[in-house]
Amino acid sequence: MAVFPWHSRGRNYKAEFASCRLEAVPLEFGDYHPLKPITVTESKTKKVSRKGSTSSTSSSSSSSVVDPLSSVLDGTDPLSMFAATADPAATDSSRKRRDRDENSVVGSDFEPWASKRGEILTRYTTTEKLSINLFMGSEKGKGTATSAMSEKVRTRLEELDDFEEGSQKELLNLTQQDYVNRIEELNQSLKDAWASDQKVKALKIVIQCSKLLSDTSVIQFYPSKFVLITDILDTFGKLVHERISSLCVDHRSVLPDHFSPENVNDTAKETCLNWFFKIASIRELIPRFYVEASILKCNKFLSKTGISECLPRLTCMIRGIGDPLVSVYARAYLCRVGMEVAPHLKESLNKNFFDFLLTFKQIHGDTVQNQLVVQGVELPSYLPLYSPAMDWIFQCISYHAPEALLTEMMERCKKLGNNALLLNSVMSAFRAEFIATRSMDFIGMIKECDESGFPKHLLFRSLGLNLALADPPEGDRLQILNEAWKVITKLKNPQKREVNTVLADVIKHMTPDRAFEDSYPQLQSIIKKVIAHFHDFSVLFSVEKFLPFLDMFQKESVRVEVCKCIMEVFIKHQQEPTKDPVILNALLHVCKTMHDSVNALTLEDEKRMLAYLINGFIKMVSFGRDFEQQLSFYVEARSMFCNLEPVLVQLIHSVNRLAMETRKVMKGNHSRKTAAFVRACVAYCFITIPSLVGIFTRLNLYLHSGQVALANQCLSQADAFFKAAISLIPEVPKMINIDGKMRPSESFLLEFLCNFFSTLLIVPDHPEHGVLFLVRELLNVIQDYTWEDNSDDKIRIYTCVLHLLSAMSQETYLYHIDKVDSNDSLYGGDTKFLAENNKLCETVMAQILEHLKTLAKDEALKRQSSLGLSFFNSILAHGDLRNNRLNQLSVNLWHLAQRHGCADTRTMVKTLEYIKKRSKHPDMGHLTELALRLPLQTRT
Amino acid sequence: MGTSLDIKIKRANKVYHAGEVLSGVVVISGKDSIQHQGVSLTVEGSVNLQLSAKSVGVFEAFYNSVKPIQIINSTIEMVKPGKFPSGKTEIPFEFPLHVKGNKVLYETYHGVFVNIQPQKGKLTPSPVDFTITPETLQNVRERALLPKFLIRGHLNSTNCVITQPLTGELLVESSEAAIRSIELQLVRVETCGCAEGYARDATEIQNIQIADGDVCRSLSVPIYMVFPRLFTCPTLETTNFKVEFEVNVVVLLHPDHLITENFPLKLCRT
Repeated sequence: MAVFPWHSRGRNYKAEFASCRLEAVPLEFGDYHPLKPITVTESKTKKVSRKGSTSSTSSSSSSSVVDPLSSVLDGTDPLSMFAATADPAATDSSRKRRDRDENSVVGSDFEPWASKRGEILTRYTTTEKLSINLFMGSEKGKGTATSAMSEKVRTRLEELDDFEEGSQKELLNLTQQDYVNRIEELNQSLKDAWASDQKVKALKIVIQCSKLLSDTSVIQFYPSKFVLITDILDTFGKLVHERISSLCVDHRSVLPDHFSPENVNDTAKETCLNWFFKIASIRELIPRFYVEASILKCNKFLSKTGISECLPRLTCMIRGIGDPLVSVYARAYLCRVGMEVAPHLKESLNKNFFDFLLTFKQIHGDTVQNQLVVQGVELPSYLPLYSPAMDWIFQCISYHAPEALLTEMMERCKKLGNNALLLNSVMSAFRAEFIATRSMDFIGMIKECDESGFPKHLLFRSLGLNLALADPPEGDRLQILNEAWKVITKLKNPQKREVNTVLADVIKHMTPDRAFEDSYPQLQSIIKKVIAHFHDFSVLFSVEKFLPFLDMFQKESVRVEVCKCIMEVFIKHQQEPTKDPVILNALLHVCKTMHDSVNALTLEDEKRMLAYLINGFIKMVSFGRDFEQQLSFYVEARSMFCNLEPVLVQLIHSVNRLAMETRKVMKGNHSRKTAAFVRACVAYCFITIPSLVGIFTRLNLYLHSGQVALANQCLSQADAFFKAAISLIPEVPKMINIDGKMRPSESFLLEFLCNFFSTLLIVPDHPEHGVLFLVRELLNVIQDYTWEDNSDDKIRIYTCVLHLLSAMSQETYLYHIDKVDSNDSLYGGDTKFLAENNKLCETVMAQILEHLKTLAKDEALKRQSSLGLSFFNSILAHGDLRNNRLNQLSVNLWHLAQRHGCADTRTMVKTLEYIKKRSKHPDMGHLTELALRLPLQTRT
Repeated sequence: MGTSLDIKIKRANKVYHAGEVLSGVVVISGKDSIQHQGVSLTVEGSVNLQLSAKSVGVFEAFYNSVKPIQIINSTIEMVKPGKFPSGKTEIPFEFPLHVKGNKVLYETYHGVFVNIQPQKGKLTPSPVDFTITPETLQNVRERALLPKFLIRGHLNSTNCVITQPLTGELLVESSEAAIRSIELQLVRVETCGCAEGYARDATEIQNIQIADGDVCRSLSVPIYMVFPRLFTCPTLETTNFKVEFEVNVVVLLHPDHLITENFPLKLCRT
């Protein structure tokens, strides 16, 4: 068979492009166009849209001054509570001693006031200005009746009253620290007055101080004020008691610890009585109460039953205190003094509690509410002010209390509406075991609580603290956790501090004896809740205990599950790319955990899932303009995730993207530095690709990376990529696994090669290699590749090569890469180059024709026909038909296509029509002639 | 330095009743020995009318007609003239308290008009229940302006033992206005009189707050008041003078209402 020479048609791509384009017709203003926006011009519409926007400003004004959450973490330290209850009190050897402990002395398992004191002071603070108002002078203006006293009596009374001349002091604008200092000064002056035998002055100081407790301005500070002032009262009580004891001993004997009133001499009794009489005449209720309570112990000097009579009376007296906060603190003080002096007198403790319940409704009364409005304090920050006092009262009550009592109290609490506050104190004071066994009950109660009052999360916190100490019934656990988290997750302001504490607590209790091994589902649930709640991962990972918490998941499968959850949430919620080192470190750790779980037995789906998650993370990492950092991150990631192919692929894409970003930033003109950087990127890809398994993945990545390298003017690198791709082609197996099914690979290869060719067009020849060395090499590879016997793909590829070569022989190529000189400008239409090109074409054409010949058998006629037609079309499109031999070849092909009646007549007709149409173009006149030589076979 | 002389009575509470024996020591201390003309101890008790600055004029008419009434007067000679050694010398003494003639020994008492001494009485409990509403009040100028309220309460007894506190309960059932304070005002009413007429004077001798602020409704607040030792005595009625006591329950409402309920008391000593 004769060898046909190839003559490519000269193309003017610009003109062709222009002629193919639709003609642009300028649109007149009024003309219809489907994409033109519909504008209904109606002048009235403006007015309507104004409404509704006026009242929108008021909604945002209700932000609370005090963050209700900030108090969550304070309160009892779970450790000390733990220590307190765990203390084995039963080790006392002598029974007698223990009996006494239970009855008259509070055991060591009772958390002392001293430990609460500090907490309250640090927790209830204020930045507002405080004032101390001391009326040390006699209340001259008060009673008009006093003026009726005889001169003598009056002066005597005034001597009692005035310890400083006209000493009405009002100290305003004190900061909290000033206030504390002042109170300390008062405490000192009380001691001084006492030491210098000015008992009346001492009493007056105490009275004035306790008067401060009736003042509830700056209410947030009240619990702390209570602590400070009761310190003074304690001092006073101690001084009085010491003084009277000293009167009892007549320099010889020492008063025994458990003396009876008969042993007390008359002088001591009289002095003691005097104190009580003096105190009984204090006009105001609150000072009278506090001062009397402070010397409660002195009742022992008078009679055996003194205290037991006094306590109930004082308890009742508190009923007269109108402000519920003031009154509950008064109760707390009484309980405290009562526990110190007579812990066996439980009755009045209970009475205090029940009385409190009766007054509970006052909190929601007008008086309190008005006060809160005036002070700008909201209910959720007001209610926790009760906690220290209530906790204390409850602690006193529940100390060694029988179960029945606790149950009764719980029932009583239940009966009250909005009992969140009570619940909270019940939970913080009662025995953990008691709470734990009823935890579902408690959850029920918590759920019923009114959200507006006491913050629910505080309730759950208290519950949680109990559960940390004692185990709830096995079956309820998960439910408890779920319920609790429902609320916790509702918190508007996630406070990492709280979460941290919770986690820390859980860790603390799960670590001993590897207890966590038994409760993975619970722990997992905790994590899920935490992450569902924290969408800001920088916050999440700055929660100190989060990673240690993760470390508890030591069983790999669970651990990976947890990691997956975290990543899912991250992918879902992370909006902005991040470079936060905290997030990166933590997530790398998480991803590494996932990655490391991959082994030979891992299912494909699982791998894909993991890879998807890791990719999601990689995509969200951005160091912005710090490209080098970004690259080194990718390097690190590669070393970490080498077992997951999709991750590597993602990394390669990312690096390519990085290179292109760099190019974009430099606007195509690389500096020395960026050029080096880009080469580094290219190198990254080059060495990463071979580690992949999927052959087409590799091929495509080679091609893609080569294109990127080319775009960044890394010519030799691009060559390397292309060469690598070419040398890889022989390895393409006949069948490949696509989604679990074996499929012939040829179509994929065809696809890839076509893509490859279009890239090769613009790849400039290497100066040291021959002309078109890449194309030649590729052709060799194609030639040697073992194609399917009955497939025409090889020929299709050759046809494509033909297209490529004709495109290459053009004076100016169809497309270029900015700043890369392709062969058109390199050779500048050099005849040698064109000859070389044509030679290649001839070889290819020979191959094609050879193949067409082999198809002259019956079963292949159809293939021959279509292949012939496609070759005809190629010649028509790319060949120069003015060349006689090529013209003749095309006519032959036309006939070949129709010879056995296999051709689709419609296609043939269309083709002919196309030729006729083309012939009308100016320099296509020769096609007319051709068309005449192409007969249409009629169906016979 | 000079010499000091002090009388110490044995009983710490210094309360003695008629017929009892008052005992104690006279303490004389000095650095040097002291010459003396003898030591004698006189016990003297009298009822004396004093003129109050408040009621000058009212009393002048009959002031002079009431002379101090002597109710006890006895003298004992403790030491004959001689010399006390340097240092502390204690001379014990005791003498019985006998009322002079057929007079009654009243309880010691310092009032505006009257200063008195002891007596005895019998106590029969006499509880009082009370209800205070705007309708029960007297001396109201504009009843309509008063906020509505209902306060109930009771005193366990208006016959009180002077050494025992006044007790009772008070309960605010409802009140439109917020409560500022509830106080117990102990008032002493002294009446002096003779054929020409009489003078009456009421004095607050103690004021005890039993409720501070807007107390819880329907929760009883205890009424509890210890009688001041110095300013109270058993209720006394003689031909020349009367000493009586009353207690006022004072309720202060927001913004500025003062409600008072008065209860006469009868104090006695058992």
